[in-house]
Amino acid sequence: MATTSKSKTELLKIASEGSLRSNKLSFEIGDTVDVRTLILEGDKERTQLFSGVVISMRGSGMCESFTVRRIVAGEGVERTFPVNSPKVADVVVKRSSKVRRAKLFYLRDRVGKATRLTERRVNKKEEAAAQDSE
Amino acid sequence: MPVGLLGKKVGMTQVYNEAGEIVPVTVIQAGPCPVLTVRTKDRDGYEAVQIGFGDKPRRLATKADRGQVADIESKRKKRLEQGGRTLDAKAGVEPQYFIREFRTEGEEHGLTVGQKLDVNHFAEVKAVDVIGTSKGRGYTGVMKRHNFSGLGAAHGTKKVHRSGGSTGQRSDPSKVFKGTKMSGQYGNTRTTIRNLKVVKVDLENNLLLVKGSIPGPAGQYIVIRHTNKFD
Repeated sequence: MATTSKSKTELLKIASEGSLRSNKLSFEIGDTVDVRTLILEGDKERTQLFSGVVISMRGSGMCESFTVRRIVAGEGVERTFPVNSPKVADVVVKRSSKVRRAKLFYLRDRVGKATRLTERRVNKKEEAAAQDSE
Repeated sequence: MPVGLLGKKVGMTQVYNEAGEIVPVTVIQAGPCPVLTVRTKDRDGYEAVQIGFGDKPRRLATKADRGQVADIESKRKKRLEQGGRTLDAKAGVEPQYFIREFRTEGEEHGLTVGQKLDVNHFAEVKAVDVIGTSKGRGYTGVMKRHNFSGLGAAHGTKKVHRSGGSTGQRSDPSKVFKGTKMSGQYGNTRTTIRNLKVVKVDLENNLLLVKGSIPGPAGQYIVIRHTNKFD
């Protein structure tokens, strides 16, 4: 049988292909982002904004997700979004930061000024290179 | 019962439905399944359709395997022909790994030997039953097998922390009732999961996606039939 030549991983990939995001989200750990999610209100759809710092990205393929942390009324709030969810409409990067960790969980133990991250300015050369590679 | 399909469990993943919700799915490689034999009341005493799944390499197949699916020279065939009888038509396919019959008592199925059933068979179907063999766990204690609580971890309990406790009481009834839950072989039994919703049918890759889990490890052969449970 011809179909048995495909491995388990390949077949699983094919199965979830239709559910993967077609427009890739581009952001990095430490970025301050605006996540726009679609929510259904009655029978009308509207977008909701959640802005904060990306402190974690995990998983791959269908299970990929990222966590955004922000401070609301002095209380830390974290929200985890599945990358491939059709309800995550868009992610806009507002600011990038210089970080030395893949997970910024240490921000949970900090309050006030200590939570600030050093801004990483993307210079024109890098930007051009990034556009070329795309 | 309508004829179902045979297949192989590929594994589990997730997909999004139209509402944008995550659905956990099991991916099944279903078909193509050639019809090997059609059993009839006159000849076999019952009505059924025999289908196969998965081509077996010639080096692994016995001559009996090949004779079941294709017309090959044999002494029996020669003898029958001399007697003026001919063997029934064969499917003319490669030997099959997994062969099962579906009973079709008094039913018009319209299937002929050699015809191939593909996953499109379930395109209009909302739910299916999946029959497989559950993962074997070997000889297991009562805590794992029957979700017993076990005995105390402390307070003088010695060497019997995972025991099931008493089974036959004392003078009354002074016997162990039949069917009492005890330790023993767990798993590796024929298991049916009923009413699994069909999420997607991929004809190109012969894939069937059903919501939820099915018994057994990935790579296991399974039987998929139209569900007999309706809610």
